[in-house]
Amino acid sequence: MIEALQFEFMRHALMAGLLASVICGIMGTLVVVNRIVFLSGGIAHAAYGGIGLAFFFGWPYLPGTIGFALAAAMLMAAISIKAKHRADTIIGVIWALGMAFGIILIDLTPGYNVDLMSYLFGSILTVPGSNLLIMLVMGILITILVAFYYKDLLAMSYDEEFARIRGVPVKGLYFGLIGILAVTIVLVIQVVGLILVIALLTIPPFIVEKHAKSLLQMMVGSSLLGALFTVVGLWLSYRYDLTSGAAIIMVAGIVFMISFLIKRKRILPRTKDQSAAAETRNTADS
Amino acid sequence: MMRKPIVEINNVTFAYNGQTALQGVSLEIRQGDFIAMIGPNGGGKTTLLKLILGLLKPDKGIIRVIGQSTQKASACIGYVPQDVHINRSFPITAMDVVLMGKLEPRKRWARKTASNRREAMAALGRLEMAALAEKKIGELSGGQCQRVFIARALVTQPQLLLLDEPTASIDTKGQADFFEMLKALNKDVTIVVVSHDLLAVSRYVKSVACVNRGLHYHNQAEITGEMLETMYPCSAGEECPVELLAHGLPHRVLKDH
Repeated sequence: MIEALQFEFMRHALMAGLLASVICGIMGTLVVVNRIVFLSGGIAHAAYGGIGLAFFFGWPYLPGTIGFALAAAMLMAAISIKAKHRADTIIGVIWALGMAFGIILIDLTPGYNVDLMSYLFGSILTVPGSNLLIMLVMGILITILVAFYYKDLLAMSYDEEFARIRGVPVKGLYFGLIGILAVTIVLVIQVVGLILVIALLTIPPFIVEKHAKSLLQMMVGSSLLGALFTVVGLWLSYRYDLTSGAAIIMVAGIVFMISFLIKRKRILPRTKDQSAAAETRNTADS
Repeated sequence: MMRKPIVEINNVTFAYNGQTALQGVSLEIRQGDFIAMIGPNGGGKTTLLKLILGLLKPDKGIIRVIGQSTQKASACIGYVPQDVHINRSFPITAMDVVLMGKLEPRKRWARKTASNRREAMAALGRLEMAALAEKKIGELSGGQCQRVFIARALVTQPQLLLLDEPTASIDTKGQADFFEMLKALNKDVTIVVVSHDLLAVSRYVKSVACVNRGLHYHNQAEITGEMLETMYPCSAGEECPVELLAHGLPHRVLKDH
């Protein structure tokens, strides 16, 4: 690993992976506890429509894509509030339509075309420094926002009715959460690809959830675990010449399955000491 | 003894997607009352609570709580929901659930003051849950969860406490203790408790409201034939009253029907 870091592209890849881990650790925790994993997948895929639009009309890449992703996300959020029981179906439709719309627009655009594979798996090995800066700013912004609204987010995620009774502006907060999520997803996709974003949003929070005693612990734990997956995955991809995004996801997936098997085996609930020990282990590992 | 009304429900009608849940319901809840809200499943009891809380808006009619609109007054109401098993795997301790009751919408940033913690601990202690304060909510039993949710309702320092089927996951012995505790609380707080088990509550409450699309209010906790009909509409006039007597409510007399 150390020798790999002589190369600037490896240092950039590592930085990008770590930043993505922290951003996805925070947002992924909120995604998992609010059960909006499917909605996040919908946003990530529908955003491809925005890329198509930006290409077709020659708009700058980021504003076009973010605008389209935000619009799709708000539509999905509104539907998931209004028609809870049909929301998954309609999100599935928007998911597919957005993707198809993007691909057709790119077909119709003459000249050089983006490659779908790079959208799916990203190109973490060719991240320019400017993108790292964008992610760093995004990470700081998300941390501040989540810290500011932490108690409201906690109440909304745990018991929405009670939050409303206590006067938490649940609707605004929900749309805000999904809006930030859309922006995050678009920014992180350009760096590490759609598949890795979904993996980092879901796998670490899911593993950590069982051992965490608060949302904050879950966010910190997920970020650390995501970082660990990134480091190990990048090393494997360097050592054995594998696709880096896929290698990171495989590492995450294997740990996910191990944790799942351990959970199935254990019948009695975890005692305090065990979870404390698990926390230290996770921290020590990374 | 005309105490001032805390909740005024005036001719309220509410429907879910065209299905009428409540029709022309009127009720005045006076300060210090302890009401059992009974009725068959699907009779509209939970709907009525949610209307009082402002979580639902009536299609017709007006509800005022402490002289204000329900949205404004909801912070003065302590609410214990029916389903305490929401989000069992959520990463939260009993203590943090109770602290949610101290949530003030204008105060932001993640911060727990010592006085809030003391208050939350006292509420947990009142429900004999202090020792389990740092346990994760998923590790607690149904009855213990229920107590945590009641503690959360109590730290809001409510003028009105609404409990939806609070004894669903408590055993019979626990239920008696639980209602004794509510009776003690009733000295300061007006209480509405939803139940489909009239017998369990009748010796503790002061009045009974039968909810089955409509609402009938009985100013005393006496089992009447009408109540039984609301409760068990299909078995009216059958042997159920005898059964009820056999279960023992020695001081109460059933009307002929």
